[in-house]
Amino acid sequence: MAKILGAVTVNKERCKGCDLCVVACPKDVLQLQPKEVNNRGYHFAFMKNPKACIGCAACATVCPDGCIEVYRVKVND
Amino acid sequence: MNINDIIKPENLVYAKPRLLNDNHMHYCPGCSHGVVHKLIAEVIEEMGLEDKAIGIAPVGCAVFAYNYIDIDWIEAAHGRAPAVATGAKRLNPENLVFSYQGDGDLSAIGTCETIHAANRGENIAMIFINNGIYGMTGGQMAPTTLEGMKTSTTPYGRRADLNGYPLAISPLLAQLDGTCYVTRQAVHTPVAVRKAKAAIRQAFENSMNGLGTSLVEIVSTCNSGWKMTPAQSNKWMEENMFKKYPLGDIKNTVK
Amino acid sequence: MNEEVKLLKGNEAIALAAIRYGVDGYFGYPITPQSEILETLEAEMPWETTGMVVLQAESEVAAINMVYGGAASGKAVMTSSSSPGISLKQEGISYLAASELPALIVNVMRGGPGLGTIHPSQADYFQATKGGGHGDYHLIVLAPKTVQEMADFVYLGFDLAFKYRTPAMILADGIVGQMMEKVVLPPARPRRTKEQIAEQCPWAVTGKPSSRKQNVVTSLELDTAKMEENNNRFQRTYSLIEQNEQRYEEYLTQDADYLFVAFGSMARICQKVIDDMRTQGIKVGLVRPITLWPFPTEVFDRLSQQVKGMLVVELNAGQMIEDVKLASQCRVPVHHYGRLGGIVPNLKEISEAFFNSFPDAKK
Repeated sequence: MAKILGAVTVNKERCKGCDLCVVACPKDVLQLQPKEVNNRGYHFAFMKNPKACIGCAACATVCPDGCIEVYRVKVND
Repeated sequence: MNINDIIKPENLVYAKPRLLNDNHMHYCPGCSHGVVHKLIAEVIEEMGLEDKAIGIAPVGCAVFAYNYIDIDWIEAAHGRAPAVATGAKRLNPENLVFSYQGDGDLSAIGTCETIHAANRGENIAMIFINNGIYGMTGGQMAPTTLEGMKTSTTPYGRRADLNGYPLAISPLLAQLDGTCYVTRQAVHTPVAVRKAKAAIRQAFENSMNGLGTSLVEIVSTCNSGWKMTPAQSNKWMEENMFKKYPLGDIKNTVK
Repeated sequence: MNEEVKLLKGNEAIALAAIRYGVDGYFGYPITPQSEILETLEAEMPWETTGMVVLQAESEVAAINMVYGGAASGKAVMTSSSSPGISLKQEGISYLAASELPALIVNVMRGGPGLGTIHPSQADYFQATKGGGHGDYHLIVLAPKTVQEMADFVYLGFDLAFKYRTPAMILADGIVGQMMEKVVLPPARPRRTKEQIAEQCPWAVTGKPSSRKQNVVTSLELDTAKMEENNNRFQRTYSLIEQNEQRYEEYLTQDADYLFVAFGSMARICQKVIDDMRTQGIKVGLVRPITLWPFPTEVFDRLSQQVKGMLVVELNAGQMIEDVKLASQCRVPVHHYGRLGGIVPNLKEISEAFFNSFPDAKK
């Protein structure tokens, strides 16, 4: 059976840690860095649960700063 | 499959549009402006109108829109964007001319210019960010501020007897013969963002096809002014703003 | 179209000259005593011939901002109004100046302040020459005294505006706007092509081709160092204009003992007064500033070392007199005679004012 695998990259210096991508993700993939901050002092987003990503781009769609790139592949089991 | 096998150029399905440049946007975290900027950049890119687009920037938080969307821009005086757009479009009818305005700009100080540009049916698109507050100057009451809503100039909440009623300007503009498309959208969910993008695209197409004035209102958040987190703001917007400013097409004579 | 001779009102002459100059757009709003400019343009329908856009805006505020939008795209764009309407336009004029945009603004002055009167006045001299809107800026201000100059200054105003990338103003008064005279309309020029605009105005907002960076027309700069540099650049332009563009007319000044100073319609009346006084053997002459800004300081510097006194005649309470005093460095007495409220003085009143100011001149 074909399966969709996804992944995102976050431009961590552009990210302002607004959390909207985290809320938008249907698979609970993203999280804000609990401690680490970028050069502007923001807790940027990262994939805490990359295996769950389906590459739906919900996170990138709602991202106000255009910092997320989305990748998707279809694989056969 | 390893994550590095997925993150490859051939698998890229979404990236910010090229016309949204790499400048760090000055907007607060979670601000709706960023999403709308991105959509405008995407639509201009997809329509191949980069060399035709003239944006009219407002006074307000989006005053620096020209720093982020890599097209030609004219920065207008507060509220005057529809008049500036009129001049630009009348003299350059083959160009895409759109204004980008907030609620203070479009529906307070610029009401006269807004209504008359729309009434003349200028072939322009107006992108209207309605977050019910003056963001840039520090969260003062806007015409669109909801009753009871606290702002820095209505610290105990807006009272109709003191401050008048919230102004829904889009239905007003929809009554004018000059408008061909008036719609109200939001950008708080992926589905809403896609609809808003389609609306902006239609507005730009209308402008290029000379069909009259199009208005795309984006009901938005101002989490700094509202004093909430971005996520809380979205929720508050759904529960409160959408009651006064319900989403959907208000007028569409094109389809 | 070559030169054409017509009998025209001053306001009509401006409209016809605008079409012949190859103006791209006019945006106006009715107000007495200048409405014939908009009316004539609408009647001429230049959009059918030269392609010039003519639009009656919803307000003076909107009209000047339409000018701003058109000028930002490198087009030759103009507006016209009268005093109260020009006050409304000041916001847009400040933006035009700060964004270094060429444009032409016509003010056919009426009496003020406030709603004032529809009768002629020259009381907007300060507003026109000292800024008018907010910030440190100047307009090039041309003061016509004939209907012919109403037409000619459309050409001169636009040429200077484009040369220096700054808005220019024709400061006329209700007399010049409303009176009829013979006019030789200047030869017609074609409107500039898209390619010519791109070449002459590389800053213009036209849509960004891949061959250049984005063009942004803005007056906003939050970096104070850059904002100061912007202002310094404006001042350098103004210095250049002051050096190059001072214009004035002298009438019988060569042997003059006394000088009348007047602009626009008042200069015509003063000329007649001078003719009469000369028959009595009184050596009087006239200096008529044509550019009110830049003010023609050189002629006053020179003549203030020759004459015994000057009488500045204006339809206001004393505005240009300040510049005359500065330019003549108070070397000789400088007096003022003005009528207010839309009243135009006659020859007798002016000559009485002269002898009241300079009783010794009778000898």
